[in-house]
Amino acid sequence: MDFLIFEAPILMVQATLDGILIGILFALIAYGMALQWGVMNIINIAQGDLVILGGYIAYSMYLAGIHPAWGVIVSPIIMFFVGWGLYKLVINKVVDRDLFISILATFGIAIVFQQLMNFIFGADVVVAQSGYGTTMFFDNIITLPHSTIFSAAISVLYAIVLVIYMKKSKLGRAIRATAQNARAAKILGVDTERVYAATFGINAALCGVAGALIAITFTLHPYVGLPYTVRSFMIVIVAGLGNLPAVAISGMGLGVFEEFADYILGTEFRIGSVFMLLVLILVFRRFKLSRKREYLK
Amino acid sequence: MKQKDLILYVGLIILGLVAPFIFPGFKVQLTILCVLIVLAMTWNLQGGEMGYNSFGNILFYGLGMYLCASVQVGMFFPLAEWTESGGEKTFVHTTTQFFQGMGVGLLVAAIIPTIVAGLIGYAILGLRGHYFAICTLGLGIAAGEIAGGIEIIGAGQGFTTPPFPKDIVDPEARGEFFYYLSFIMLIATFVFVKWIYGSRFKLILNAIRDNEDKAEAMGIQTMKYKIVGWMVSAFFCGLAGGIMGGLIGYIDSTDVAFDGREMGVFMVLMAILGGKGTLWGPVIGATLFHFLKEGFWTLILGWQYVALGVLIVVIVIYFPEGLMGWLREKYPQRFGEVIDEKDRKAQVELK
Repeated sequence: MDFLIFEAPILMVQATLDGILIGILFALIAYGMALQWGVMNIINIAQGDLVILGGYIAYSMYLAGIHPAWGVIVSPIIMFFVGWGLYKLVINKVVDRDLFISILATFGIAIVFQQLMNFIFGADVVVAQSGYGTTMFFDNIITLPHSTIFSAAISVLYAIVLVIYMKKSKLGRAIRATAQNARAAKILGVDTERVYAATFGINAALCGVAGALIAITFTLHPYVGLPYTVRSFMIVIVAGLGNLPAVAISGMGLGVFEEFADYILGTEFRIGSVFMLLVLILVFRRFKLSRKREYLK
Repeated sequence: MKQKDLILYVGLIILGLVAPFIFPGFKVQLTILCVLIVLAMTWNLQGGEMGYNSFGNILFYGLGMYLCASVQVGMFFPLAEWTESGGEKTFVHTTTQFFQGMGVGLLVAAIIPTIVAGLIGYAILGLRGHYFAICTLGLGIAAGEIAGGIEIIGAGQGFTTPPFPKDIVDPEARGEFFYYLSFIMLIATFVFVKWIYGSRFKLILNAIRDNEDKAEAMGIQTMKYKIVGWMVSAFFCGLAGGIMGGLIGYIDSTDVAFDGREMGVFMVLMAILGGKGTLWGPVIGATLFHFLKEGFWTLILGWQYVALGVLIVVIVIYFPEGLMGWLREKYPQRFGEVIDEKDRKAQVELK
């Protein structure tokens, strides 16, 4: 076995760099996941498909001749209403039910989304050309596309804006209150139904931003949503709900892991390694928790 | 009551035995129906009875499929040369070789997944609720992705299972062979599951579903029973996979074997449609689902998956108890339940 990455250690720099920049994007999606999980107590399997849909919005702007980078503004606005509509149609019926019901229901939504995107945009792998250049280091061994820097910067910007919004605005306060205790919030006059809808909308908007960035930096395909869901789920369970720095760090860690897995195991095992990592993390967590498990709390 | 049951069972078995002669054009569909019922019943055993909702039983199904085909080929010919394109043209199974290989292959396809379930069971079944669901979802997809990268079983280009021997000239023989094979499996599964339904094991599984901590406090070694429950599922899923592999004749890693998008969802959906936690629910659910699917799939060509997704959402939101649950609410006397009129009124008022 000869591994390219060990023969040319300089590639490790490349993998780490790529991983960190992608990881920030993953962290943005995971933040949306943590938001809805924390507030509404649902796990949204369709998260990744919302991301891809956001990407296709940017892609169709690119087809229409508008620069796809504007997608990071347009896509969240459209996706907010998609999320709101989705909440009113389906999610409001599963909010206070068993978590498994929400998993299955959103699984159904994911299938519908995948298929509709397949009809509308075709089953080809597409990318929105941003026309941003690439910087090379070390005799052109290390490449750093400007689009990834752009995507990381936009992700950080959106995350900061969202954190400030959640801290300062009235809706943000209502969302946090509902997350802490929905019943008490309702008694104190918070329209929890509207808060839930807004939360799901904000989550979808975050997915829209991430999707638009993915359209620029990577590729889009109707059926690649699920890995994004799994990545964000993984980041959330490692980082915990509502711990933003930890979300960012574990997102970057996941990105770096994926890049190294890509080099060492080969690209065909990349997605497989993500899912295996999910299983390993859950099993590790189970053994860690079982040590301090308490009966009959 | 006993007499009635006996008539029902004998009637169903006779119907099953003569079905391929009544509907000679639908043998493949009937075979798939048997496989679907088996998958739904075994999913129900742990999803409905044990309360561990798994998306990952497709792992055992796909494993069984690959194992059965690999053993069937590998017993007589080099596997690597077979899976390189055109192996099935160079090497031809004789009739005895085919059936021998199939027999041993099915045995392996049932036993290895059971062992795998036992091995990973201790780690995976310690997870509770939605963590278990997501973990098994990941497991199923990871298996598909990894199988798609392994060269010896055909990697991404797929694996052709041994064709039915050409010495048997009767054109109906292939369909009948696979139908009766799957029908025998269905009967074996049903008898086994029915036996479980009458045993203490089922009560323990229910106790785990209702409150695992309390069950443990009562002195039940829950982990042991959970693993056994999962192993039972794995056994029949592997067997079903082996038969399906032979029937389809071609194995692809993500579209046929570890087909989480179709089979993996179907088995959950069928069990829920019929009614989780009942003996007949999955059977009825699978039959109904198969009829719906085959009846309307062609009418809405291209939109099947949209319909499937909508169906999942509708069933999950509006009929989480399934058909049997609905019937039970409507005709409780039929299910041997006595209703206290006062209690019922109090419940309605509470609502």
